[in-house]
Amino acid sequence: MSAPSVAVEPREHYLNVDYGIRSWLLTTDHKRIAILYMISITVMFFIGGIFATLIRLELMTPAGDLVSSDTYNKLFTMHGIVMVFFFLIPSVPAVIGNFVLPMMVGARDMAFPKINLLSWYMYVIGAGITLYCITVGGVDTGWTFYTPFSTTYSNTYVFGSIVGILFAGFSSIFTGLNFIATIHNLRAPGLTWRRMQLFLWSNYATAVIMILGTPVVAISLILVAVERVWHIGIFNPALGGDPVLFQHLFWFYSHPAVYIMVLPAMGVVSELVTTFSRKRVFGYEFVAAASIAIAVFGFLVWGHHMFVAGISLYSALLFSVMSYLVAIPSAVKVFNWTATLYKGAISYRTPMLYAFGFIGLFTMGGLTGLFVAALGVDIHVTDTYFVVAHFHYIMVGGTVMAYLGAIHYWWPKMFGRMYPEGWAKISAATIFIGFNVTFFPQFLLGYLGMPRRYHAYAPEFQVLNVMSTAGASILAVGYLLPLIYLIWSLRYGEIAPANPWGSTGLEWQTTSPPPTHNFEETPVVTEEAYAYDKHPEMEFVA
Amino acid sequence: MWTDFPLFPARAASFADRVDPLYFFLIAVTVFFSVGIFLTITVFAIKYRRSVHPKAEQIEGSLAVEAIWSIIPLGIALFIFVWGASVYFSYAAPPKNALRIYGTAKQWMWKFQQADGQREINELHVPVGRDVAVTLISQDVIHSFFVPAFRVKMDVLPNRYRTVWFHPTRTGTYHLFCAEYCGTSHSGMIGWVVVMEPADYEAWLASGGEGSLASSGEKLFRHFGCISCHRADKGARGPDLASLYGREIHFQDGTTAVADENYIRDRILGPRQPGRLVAGWQQIMPVFQGQVNEEEMLELIAYIKSLQQNPLNVNPNAPIPDEEQRKRNPQVEPQVIRP
Repeated sequence: MSAPSVAVEPREHYLNVDYGIRSWLLTTDHKRIAILYMISITVMFFIGGIFATLIRLELMTPAGDLVSSDTYNKLFTMHGIVMVFFFLIPSVPAVIGNFVLPMMVGARDMAFPKINLLSWYMYVIGAGITLYCITVGGVDTGWTFYTPFSTTYSNTYVFGSIVGILFAGFSSIFTGLNFIATIHNLRAPGLTWRRMQLFLWSNYATAVIMILGTPVVAISLILVAVERVWHIGIFNPALGGDPVLFQHLFWFYSHPAVYIMVLPAMGVVSELVTTFSRKRVFGYEFVAAASIAIAVFGFLVWGHHMFVAGISLYSALLFSVMSYLVAIPSAVKVFNWTATLYKGAISYRTPMLYAFGFIGLFTMGGLTGLFVAALGVDIHVTDTYFVVAHFHYIMVGGTVMAYLGAIHYWWPKMFGRMYPEGWAKISAATIFIGFNVTFFPQFLLGYLGMPRRYHAYAPEFQVLNVMSTAGASILAVGYLLPLIYLIWSLRYGEIAPANPWGSTGLEWQTTSPPPTHNFEETPVVTEEAYAYDKHPEMEFVA
Repeated sequence: MWTDFPLFPARAASFADRVDPLYFFLIAVTVFFSVGIFLTITVFAIKYRRSVHPKAEQIEGSLAVEAIWSIIPLGIALFIFVWGASVYFSYAAPPKNALRIYGTAKQWMWKFQQADGQREINELHVPVGRDVAVTLISQDVIHSFFVPAFRVKMDVLPNRYRTVWFHPTRTGTYHLFCAEYCGTSHSGMIGWVVVMEPADYEAWLASGGEGSLASSGEKLFRHFGCISCHRADKGARGPDLASLYGREIHFQDGTTAVADENYIRDRILGPRQPGRLVAGWQQIMPVFQGQVNEEEMLELIAYIKSLQQNPLNVNPNAPIPDEEQRKRNPQVEPQVIRP
């Protein structure tokens, strides 16, 4: 306890209860762990962003002239590994989920607080190993580790990177375990499943995928390491293996991993849309069930990454039709969010702008998914920039927009300070514009035939690449702004009230920042989520 | 940079006429839904902004509305699925009389061999207006044969032959790309497909070549000593290969397999796989894994296929038959290898 600070702050909360470094590194408070995660993934996001910047700079000219081919291959590999495993997958669940999920169920912490802390240490160890591999030489297999290139032909730090990812995988499994146990066991009195906020439903669905899917990618990466280190033939045909087997194993996890990234983001959008239109979400049951449907169907579509890879004609048919089926619950969510706005009382605060941005970009990402799921069209567009654009619309346009929306929305709860609204709106608009200028030209590039992962390219692709790079620089400014003004707001931001948005969410029914044990008394839930008509007293105060 | 600025790829093969209409339909669907959602959100966001509409009206939802916006998109999605699948099926099997070309991919080049013997690197010459089937295998990692102007792409695997086909409709020179990341010079594993008038193609074929694939294969058949066991006389210690191609093979354990190109390759590289001993013979064949590269393998297979109506010469020391005789033995159409 550092006495002077305590004297300044009259009320004790989770941030000022203790200041020592040990109190952070050995904390089991889910809120502090969320902050630890936030700092860690922000570091990783900007490292991944530096790789992206170098990629876009290299692609300004057709010739491979800024970096060597080997360096370029390492750049896109490490951009993918860092962004997927160390930013996107933990982003909403490990930061936002860790912070608000126990409060949303009215609990004082996760079901397993020590495992929660262990999850962060796993993440940090994994990130540390990965960063070590990057500094000593990097890895050049692509984040997909396709065999036999990864097991036999690559001369880079494949083994180390795999170990790093394994640690990140365990951190993700621990998070999922905690979410499931917490939602099952620690719900407040009266909080039935049908009264749960939609963020809980979508994170529950995510946790199921984390627990069922992550072990499979762990197994397949261990098999890569086994073949690479001990030359036991699994994937390399020269040793009697089958290279396509790896793709099945890898995508069995890595396609559901897309839903690990986007389902929690959908949960965030459900919270933002309801709060800022002061309405119960249209078709609550359908939005909740859609999360579960996506999680279940998401496990049955992995083969759509392999339509030209040498799978049987008839399995390709099944994977294609399943991919169209998984599109429907996503579409239903978009329609329900849109309908929620109808006759609402809508205010345009920054989180809502991000929610609008999410809906727009996710819709584009989803609709272009119809192209790549169409067997005949996929033959032409797979492994081109069309696919690159498609998944960036989902992962960056979707997940990152929702993550930033969530950060702004829950910032007052996390730190007891408001972010600067003007700057936040400017940065939201900058990100939206920059994103579209970066990635829309890539759809055109893809159909033109520019393959992905190309260090040098044909001269006729240059104009669209220059547009994309120009967009990326706008995007970079958009991402740097929040980093600056959010840190600024920690000291200079307006003091936040307990419930600045007048939300009915359980996590807002306590002080900002919350006390270590979240609620002074265990809350009792007597009504459905988003019952704004019953709470005219909960109004905007910010 | 601004002089050559296409927004749509060239259309130089029949598949473009099948893929592009579906692509345009998908664009129409995308525009319809994205503009529809954008306009709806914009109208609601303006009409129900809090300053003019401060009190939200609670609406639970509606089963009918949910059903409508689930079933209509599902119908559209299934329509796209069927359309996409029908296009995909047209890629599956090359037509029977397609011109056959063989190729190998390796870090970081493409090698093609015409049946008559023309060999080329990073270039592929084909005649316009004729079905062309290219059978490909990789010497190392997975590559992918991608010709955007043809709307054709197929991963090239290191463990089995796969055949891609197309029907060029316009003469010209078109990009050939490797589309599956394959290491350092992946973006340098590129070349050109040259589509020529049939007469020009014939002239080009006649301009060079080092003997047909099958004749090169025959030399290898002697070089590797295959002929010392695989012969038709009494001294044979292995099956006669004269009628091997396309035949059903019976193994000692009662199972069977059809002797297509992949079968022949597998047996040469790894003859001692368990359960794959051909009935009536002993397991004495040496393993050729690591001895025969993929180009030699294509030549050996071409030779074995050419034996179909030309039984193995009894005398292992006989001179190599002349080209004229070989040309009178038409090659039997090989099994279809599905993409």
